[in-house]
Amino acid sequence: METREIGLSVLAETKEERGRRVQVEKGVLSLNNQFAARNRERLKAAGVTALNILSSPGSGKTTLLARTLQDLAGKYRMGVVVGDLATDNDAQRLRAGGVTAVQIQTGGVCHLEAAMIARALDALKLDKLNLLFIENVGNLVCPASYDLGEDARIVLFSVTEGEDKPLKYPKMFKSAELVLISKTDLAEAAGFDHGLALESLCQVAPQARVLEVSARTGSGLEEWYGYLRGKLG
Amino acid sequence: MHELSLVQSILEIAQDYARREGAVAIQTVTLRVGALSGVEPEALEFAFETARVGTLAEGARLEVEWVPLAAYCEGCSKKFAVDNPFGIALCPDCGQVSAEICQGEELQVAYLDVI
Repeated sequence: METREIGLSVLAETKEERGRRVQVEKGVLSLNNQFAARNRERLKAAGVTALNILSSPGSGKTTLLARTLQDLAGKYRMGVVVGDLATDNDAQRLRAGGVTAVQIQTGGVCHLEAAMIARALDALKLDKLNLLFIENVGNLVCPASYDLGEDARIVLFSVTEGEDKPLKYPKMFKSAELVLISKTDLAEAAGFDHGLALESLCQVAPQARVLEVSARTGSGLEEWYGYLRGKLG
Repeated sequence: MHELSLVQSILEIAQDYARREGAVAIQTVTLRVGALSGVEPEALEFAFETARVGTLAEGARLEVEWVPLAAYCEGCSKKFAVDNPFGIALCPDCGQVSAEICQGEELQVAYLDVI
């Protein structure tokens, strides 16, 4: 009996010698978060409010931004950073109104990272701006994990995507300060159930304010512009 | 899918700490992954197997400590577990929805076993 106990303790000691435990306790995204904190400081020092605009592909981010830039031209000094896997079509479309738009081609990366934004900020004249829209890569999963240094996140979901979008992507919707239900002009054709969508949002993202907009008809845009006015204080 | 870039960060952190300890190899990397971290452990493991080649963690195992979601109910001054798959945080006592997630967003390298 005694021998067996000794045997066991010898085994344990051997295991101890073979492997040592090193405590780390470090966030996997800590490097990104450092860049984000630096971006946030830089934007704040320049007096720029930065909004991270997120949605799945085709929810109408660029259309809403193009209309917003057009309607608010002269009111605010606006700039845009646009992320896409490839092409600079969106930046070209947004520049049409005379606004500075920096395109980030992520080359296959499914989200924007804070370091990419830091480089984009170098390319913008921050002291000439007071409102910066960051149009993220269309994706409701990965961009949710990456802080860019923004003041607030705005998540769009269009009436053609289904009322249960918030249930499918809770992490993204929980991080939103504002949710914009877009393309409301198509709601009837899409058989969109407003009540059901609002219920999903209330449950998954009780922190978020919700507005319904159509960049095509202009419906709901006054409330959206009111939100922007509030952000600029 | 951004698991590969996450795994590259994990390997950088792990190797950094292992080198500081004068280790010659990493046997295990243990992660702490929250239910609302946005990460799929299986996809992480798959990416890890590819990315570990040529690093101190070449022969390492990836272990995951799963952290369930928990929220705080202000009305009841109480933390509660959220077992709803959609992350809907309903207080079991008062039935109110809580916006205050207090656990489950973790994505950390917790510790390593090295030689």
